[in-house]
Amino acid sequence: MRVLAAMSGGVDSAVAAARAVDAGHDVTGVHLALSRNPQTYRTGARGCCTLEDSRDARRAADVIGIPFYVWDMADRFHEDVVDDFVAEYAAGRTPNPCLRCNEKIKFAAVLDRAVALGFDAVVTGHHARLGADGLLRRSVDVAKDQSYVLAVLTREQLDRSVFPLGDSTKAQVRAEAAQRGLAVAEKPDSHDICFIADGDTRGFLAQRLGEQPGDVVDATTGAVVGSHAGAYAYTVGQRRGLHLDRPAPDGRPRYVLSITPKTNTVTVGPAEALEVSQVRANRPIWTGGARPDGPIECEVQLRAHGDVVPATVALDGETLHAELRRPMRGVAAGQAVVAYRPDPAGDVVLGSATIVG
Amino acid sequence: MAYLDHAATTPMLDEALEAYVATARELGNASALHAAGRQARRRVEESRERVAAALGARPSEVIFTGGGTESDNLAVKGIFWARRTSAAQRRRLVSSAVEHHAVLDAVDWLGGHEGAEVDWLPVDSAGRLDPAALRTELAAHGDRVAFVTAMWANNEVGTVQPIGELAAVAAEYGVPFHTDAVQAVGQVPVDFAASGVSALTVTGHKLGGPVGVGALLLGRDVAATPLLHGGGQERDVRSGTLDTAGIVAFAVAVEAAVKSQQEYAARVAELRDDLVERVRQAVPDVVYNGDPVDRLPGNAHFSFPGCEGDALLLLLDAQGIACSTGSACSAGVAQPSHVLLAMGADDARARSSLRFTLGHTSSQEEVDALVAALPGAVERARRAAAYRTPR
Repeated sequence: MRVLAAMSGGVDSAVAAARAVDAGHDVTGVHLALSRNPQTYRTGARGCCTLEDSRDARRAADVIGIPFYVWDMADRFHEDVVDDFVAEYAAGRTPNPCLRCNEKIKFAAVLDRAVALGFDAVVTGHHARLGADGLLRRSVDVAKDQSYVLAVLTREQLDRSVFPLGDSTKAQVRAEAAQRGLAVAEKPDSHDICFIADGDTRGFLAQRLGEQPGDVVDATTGAVVGSHAGAYAYTVGQRRGLHLDRPAPDGRPRYVLSITPKTNTVTVGPAEALEVSQVRANRPIWTGGARPDGPIECEVQLRAHGDVVPATVALDGETLHAELRRPMRGVAAGQAVVAYRPDPAGDVVLGSATIVG
Repeated sequence: MAYLDHAATTPMLDEALEAYVATARELGNASALHAAGRQARRRVEESRERVAAALGARPSEVIFTGGGTESDNLAVKGIFWARRTSAAQRRRLVSSAVEHHAVLDAVDWLGGHEGAEVDWLPVDSAGRLDPAALRTELAAHGDRVAFVTAMWANNEVGTVQPIGELAAVAAEYGVPFHTDAVQAVGQVPVDFAASGVSALTVTGHKLGGPVGVGALLLGRDVAATPLLHGGGQERDVRSGTLDTAGIVAFAVAVEAAVKSQQEYAARVAELRDDLVERVRQAVPDVVYNGDPVDRLPGNAHFSFPGCEGDALLLLLDAQGIACSTGSACSAGVAQPSHVLLAMGADDARARSSLRFTLGHTSSQEEVDALVAALPGAVERARRAAAYRTPR
């Protein structure tokens, strides 16, 4: 196949591209320029969009021996990922920008352009398995597994994707990079949100949404127990940084239970009030076989790197219902619910949907 | 491979490469006083005389530099500083909207950091400067102008400027005139004295010499403040140990390029005209940019409506055809060309452009390869362009 390898400048995508070459594909490397004002050098482990990252990707392509280009996706990225991220927080939801980037940029804008230019598929360094059966499975390295943020991909998108790293652990990938003479072998993993270089999500949002002072209300008593500078800065399940004026009568810690943008209110309460047994989600995508007619037994994951819980899942038109076998905490609107079928060869992604409540 | 990017760099001439290797084996710093030093100095001075003779300059007017960018910076900053020192009111610069970044950014920097006022002369839709516009500017501000800088020929669209006329206007007002002739030497007749310019930039690797060596021809009566301080090797205007081998090879290449210019231009222009004609047949709605007559013989520059230049480049590259979007990159991302924008193109047309440049090794087979690959590439690039803007 003629494939396009998306190369961030990190170790994973470099090894993925090299493996695609070994597999006999005709590989072209592309670095996506996502930042409108790229920094010159990386600072710390965050971000993937500095000029240094672009150079690292180019050097990796040289070593692998493939053509290399930079594609300017900054405008698309800002509209579809960054602006969406801000709007979701403003609406009281908790978005996952990596998932959105996969859905809108890597496996949409980039893939579509690649196909139009005559490529058959896009290769990325995601840690997930996608075999001949077309099923998306967790990586053998469960700690590094990225199937959750890939579960938004449709059948058509998966059919044009290649994930060469799913059968390897991160340690194996690093060792292989060193063996191949790729200088990025020791490069630190990137963490958190690439477009918030200093890691201060609250500051990033405050800059864009401004100060919006409002009340923090106790769910049990209805009393105002504190104030906040913007409800958008909170996420369901959050405990730290609430700065409540009055302790709870029982002295137990309180958590963010919900955010109500309409009244600009953050509602807090005890941990058990966070517990959710029923999850409703919209925009379902089902890729792990035929779309089920009735309820099915499976496992669900409700946030990136979150716990997995057995559940009964049913699809009803454009809505997905999940009945959890045991209550879960910290279920936030805007995150994805991903349904998995346990499998010794790697848990299979059945489908996903965006949590509404 | 079909190499259609000679304006970026062109292969070294055999004689220049041989001269380089032979000289690089010799020992000696041209500034040293012993026999080996004298030998190196002799090679440098012989080369200076050869370059001067080939370009219509006096040997004392040849300042060897590290290439085009250094020569441009030395001319722009050096002449500005020297003029301002002798007459504080001369802080106005006149340049053109289509300069290479080596001039453009140096001028811009003087504006941002040294208090220069900059007047950018416009160009017409063919990229041509109008001497009358320069006259108007100098008539209005002549006593405050430090100098004028305008390129001899444009590196992107190939338009050759009426340099003699422009220099004559500047001379009338007693204002020094610098020209970046990097793309012109060897392609069109260039005679320093006859052109009337005060300073001229030339570089080695665009005419069959090595990368990293060039010259600034600087009239003996034109003062320039040095950029590089040190040993003062070149007329106390440029310091740095002389690159004897590079200078020798550069001189060989300049001499050869100038000597063969007429025959070369006729042959390459014929090939280029064939390329243009067949590209127009293959892609009927293509736009041919630049001046159709007053242009560099090896330059063909097009806009392909509905395409992105960088997509076309990728597709042609995959078929072994090397060309250029012609414009500067920022972190590998092609920016819309300031030259095309100055010529009145909109952003989409500027981004849809490709430059094909022929040189001394170009062949009919290379043109044939391009013409064969182009229609398919354009069709694909058009489909891909649909994915550029948000759906």
